[in-house]
Amino acid sequence: MLRFVLSRLLTFLPTFFGVTLISFAFIRVLPGDPIIVMAGERGMTDERYQEMVVKLGFDKPMLQQYWDYLTGILQGDLGESFVTKQPVWDEFFKLFPATVELSICAMILAIALGLPAGVIAAVNRGKFFDRALMTSALIGYSMPIFWWALLLIIVFSGNLGWTPVSGRIDLLYYFDDVTGFMLIDSVLSGQEGAFKSAARHLILPTIVLGTIPLAVIARQTRSAMLEVLGEDYIRTAKAKGLSPQRINGVHALRNALIPVVTVIGLSVGTLLAGAILTETIFSWPGIGKWMVDSIFRRDYPVVQGGLLMIAVIVMIVNLSVDMLYGVINPKIRKR
Amino acid sequence: MVDNTSSNGVTRPGPLREFWYYFRENRGAVIGFWFFVGFVFCAAFAPWLSPYDPTEQFRDHILQPPVWEEGGSWTYPLGTDPLGRDMLSRLISGARYSFFVGIVVVSISASSGIIFGLLSGFAPRWLDSVIMRVMDIILAFPSLLLALVLVAILGPSLTNAMIAIAIVLQPHFVRLTRASVLAERQKDYVTSARVAGAGGRRLMFITVLPNCLAPIIVQGALSFSSAILDAAALGFLGMGAQPPTPEWGTMLAESREFILRAWWVVTLPGLAILVTVLAINLMGDGLRDALDPKLKRS
Repeated sequence: MLRFVLSRLLTFLPTFFGVTLISFAFIRVLPGDPIIVMAGERGMTDERYQEMVVKLGFDKPMLQQYWDYLTGILQGDLGESFVTKQPVWDEFFKLFPATVELSICAMILAIALGLPAGVIAAVNRGKFFDRALMTSALIGYSMPIFWWALLLIIVFSGNLGWTPVSGRIDLLYYFDDVTGFMLIDSVLSGQEGAFKSAARHLILPTIVLGTIPLAVIARQTRSAMLEVLGEDYIRTAKAKGLSPQRINGVHALRNALIPVVTVIGLSVGTLLAGAILTETIFSWPGIGKWMVDSIFRRDYPVVQGGLLMIAVIVMIVNLSVDMLYGVINPKIRKR
Repeated sequence: MVDNTSSNGVTRPGPLREFWYYFRENRGAVIGFWFFVGFVFCAAFAPWLSPYDPTEQFRDHILQPPVWEEGGSWTYPLGTDPLGRDMLSRLISGARYSFFVGIVVVSISASSGIIFGLLSGFAPRWLDSVIMRVMDIILAFPSLLLALVLVAILGPSLTNAMIAIAIVLQPHFVRLTRASVLAERQKDYVTSARVAGAGGRRLMFITVLPNCLAPIIVQGALSFSSAILDAAALGFLGMGAQPPTPEWGTMLAESREFILRAWWVVTLPGLAILVTVLAINLMGDGLRDALDPKLKRS
């Protein structure tokens, strides 16, 4: 087991350095001088320019610059935003909970609907239910989610007026961040209606972000269930006279879950990519919108730092899923 | 080549007919196939099919609804956009851009992915590790984010969007090719080819590659649809094709503010994306069933 963990860590390290190298290179391969960009339209004097070159370390040899960058990262120093002059690290963690809250809600939706849909489809293989569910899943999987978001806005916000169009909570309510999760903070604040407002703001973004994971989970659950349902121990369970609910729910589903759990774990990257579009459309103040805004504002330190942080988070999650999988399924460890 | 007559004298159908036989069993795949044929037809003959020039502005007919709505007319069957351009013409021309994106992205990512995958499968261990780690690095970034950042570096345009998407999709081809190569390389026919004196290049491209193609073809179909989706997403974010190009994602972005006043300017381009991507994914599922020998019943 220890060897398994160590070998996984060993493949993690080169990837980590590669990711830092890419984000380090990013600001240096950009067309144009980042310092000129930073100066904006007013420009700057030669003296000030030289000062900035020294401050940002561009005068040092490349290798030294990379080393400084790397040691900076390990100490939580990702540089400062050109626009807000705030440390990128602080900005990231201020906005991160909003994205996490949205992603968790989307994942809960996807699992809560996707698992039963996959099981029902597999049990009714080839019948109407199966076809209907799998057709919907394929439509969900093929959905351009930015368009899906606009459609939902037309119907639910425009025509029916049920849900708000943007933001996390009505401007009426104000309270301090405690956990950063609006649903929890609104309850803690004790203000009447705050929780309801936060929940209403979450509905559409959750549906939009959850659509593709939902489709993926439903499809994966169905195929895993079909594979398991053909196994001998299912036949044995049937022969013992167990009820279909028990066979499908306990014997089959539990074994079918292993590949499904992996898919769920590995879809963190998909969620973050989806968050970019979802947050931009719903003006959700998370890291997805932050990244897009920064790219447009040419706020390069933010893009650089955000890129790195997101990649590292995806890598850590994937690594943990990988290790967990090794714990659950001893067969993997042997490879 | 393969002997077409088996011992009992029954002729085996050619590979294409056999493929079609299995492909036909999946009704969704056949529907997807015909939709795709229609899409390719639109893309190929867009200038002749569309009633107007996609960028021509009819200033007297701004935001005219489709023909079945009140106020619509057959002059502009699917209505006009905020600048008075004919929606139908723009949608048909948009097929051309999406098809182009799909073809270019899949060609670049598949060909480079196959080459790296083959190299990785045949190369000494250290080179294999280097290639796979580089792929891991690319895969660590969420695809759309990496594409966005690459476009930010290269400058927003459809060409740069295609390059970025190709880079992002390529690792999947590398991994897939490598996995099949590693499985095939153990087999006797490869050993016999090697013993017969086949060189490295011949072993890679002529002996092993044809036997690894099935999963790569399926991945090609799926990448085609994700390329169209990603390009549309980049266009929607303003980082792909630039206005007035009638690219579907860009069209959506341009008409976003009219969302509550004129549903057709938002609904139709998205529907075009959805139908195209859905058709290709249906086809991809059918391809997988038809090409995967494990699922073949005989």
